[in-house]
Amino acid sequence: MNAFLQRFARNRAAFAGFLVLLAIVAVAIAGPSLFHAGPFELAGPPFSPPFGRYPLGTDMLGRNELAGLVYGARTSLLIGLAATLFATLLGVVIGGLAGYYGGALDHALMRVTEMFQTIPSFLFAILVVAILSPSIRTVILAIAIVSWPPMARLVRGEFRSLRNREFVQACIAMGMSDSRVILLHVLPNCVSSIIVTGSLLVATAILTESALSFLGLSDPNVMSWGFMVGAARDFLQRAWWLCAIPGVAILVTVLAINLVGDGLNDALNPRLRH
Amino acid sequence: MSVARDRARYIGWRLAQAVPTLLLIVTLNFLLVHLAPGNAADVLAGEAGSATPQYMAVLRHEFGLDQPLYVQYLDYLRNVVSLDLGYSFREGMPVRDLIATRLGPTLLLMGTTIVLSIGLGVLLGLLAGTRPNSLRDNVISVFALVSYATPLFWVGLMLIVLFAIELRWLPTSGMVNIAAFYTGWAKVGDIARHLVLPAITLSLFYMALYVRLMRASVLEQRDMDYVVTARSKGLTERAITYRHVLRNASLPIVTMAGVQIGNLLGGSVVVETVFGWPGIGLLAYKALFARDLNLLLGVFFVAACLVILVNIVVDVIYTMLDPRIALR
Repeated sequence: MNAFLQRFARNRAAFAGFLVLLAIVAVAIAGPSLFHAGPFELAGPPFSPPFGRYPLGTDMLGRNELAGLVYGARTSLLIGLAATLFATLLGVVIGGLAGYYGGALDHALMRVTEMFQTIPSFLFAILVVAILSPSIRTVILAIAIVSWPPMARLVRGEFRSLRNREFVQACIAMGMSDSRVILLHVLPNCVSSIIVTGSLLVATAILTESALSFLGLSDPNVMSWGFMVGAARDFLQRAWWLCAIPGVAILVTVLAINLVGDGLNDALNPRLRH
Repeated sequence: MSVARDRARYIGWRLAQAVPTLLLIVTLNFLLVHLAPGNAADVLAGEAGSATPQYMAVLRHEFGLDQPLYVQYLDYLRNVVSLDLGYSFREGMPVRDLIATRLGPTLLLMGTTIVLSIGLGVLLGLLAGTRPNSLRDNVISVFALVSYATPLFWVGLMLIVLFAIELRWLPTSGMVNIAAFYTGWAKVGDIARHLVLPAITLSLFYMALYVRLMRASVLEQRDMDYVVTARSKGLTERAITYRHVLRNASLPIVTMAGVQIGNLLGGSVVVETVFGWPGIGLLAYKALFARDLNLLLGVFFVAACLVILVNIVVDVIYTMLDPRIALR
């Protein structure tokens, strides 16, 4: 663990990403105590420019842009994490079953995985949210449904190779039940790969959520960065910064998560380093 | 002769393989409509609240909603197989015809994006990978890292602000200047001018992906035996890079490009929406806005067919690039 922390901290880009991410999480947690009124409350005259009475100005309805940004962080992180957890669960179960048992089950499950990879995923996410009507839950569901295949393929590969290792064979020969072998011996050995892939999935999930909410497919009661950009789009000529600012927030968050993910990859799989 | 026959048989086999995928998509479509709150007639037509009771009765009859579920499913399947994707009541046109008129612009945008993102991605990845950890590598890698984290719609809007609103170099939206009535080459030039910003926007993310992949691939190939052999033969580094490493290192890019086609179509929904590019992505957005779910389902189905077709083309190209991979 110590060696891992050292390797991670020595990677300057990953460490910087980690600090930025920590700051975003802190802001997201502190959000409601910073802005009691919430992100939808009218705070002042519309189109106040940034760096005046309001640090980032106000939007076309006079809502405080900074408050929107802070509450948007909560939405992005919540949806990114929840969708990734759900997708990881799906991917681990499907990939694990396919990799451990092999044979016809493997063949069938991998065919389904391939099919899901062929489907235009963002369009499918749009369909799911549009038909089930936009809410936090349907957005999480839609993102999870389109992002589990890479996780399933990864877990399947790991399970397949671990299945043939001596220590696993020994457990099976000792008469240990399948569920015990899988949960106590196989799964713990692929946790690091799952974490790396999962961390990158969080970044993709946040990008997908922002694109969905940009198109108007977000929970109407919740502020989100993509929604802020989408709503300000009609006023691009008059106040381009209303589009620019939430976009920068998305960019910085996703970049930080990607850097952390790459750093985790290097620290957890030192063999793969160039 | 026999190669041509092999190729034809391969394409036939791949088309047959696509059938279960299409079946899955049709089934998902059907399930989604029936899982939705309210009944299918509400979902398909009534959501905007403008439907009269008489109209709903017509719809219910039309969709056979009094039939058992499996009959409805088989009916739906039969319609899709005969390429009847239903009727868009909002646009007043069959869904199939509506999509057909919009397919061209999307294919133009996608084709340009694929060429641009692969071309630039391979070039920059090669430049970065042949001199790892140099200034050149660092600049390219940071550029790729940032592009990889940027939302497409935001890039598009910022490009509009800079190049269309501030500098006034390029048009903000659409595919042709409607007021100008260009013909011939003037029209081609007009479309090209409108294409610049959407194509750059859509390319940036995929270019970043290919740069990262190409860089890793070049680093991997650099120490291969054939490179050592070429070097000991006295070939210049330039010749080794462009004649040997480039070809071998590009193979993962072709594979990835095939995988990304579906995502590219998703991205084009966003980009076409931002730039008002009249393709199936903008059609999907309008369908979304008008709650015209029948049209949305049609766009999704056609997009999936497109992905399958392009993937087959990519695989055939792959076997042409690398003869070691036999057509199976």
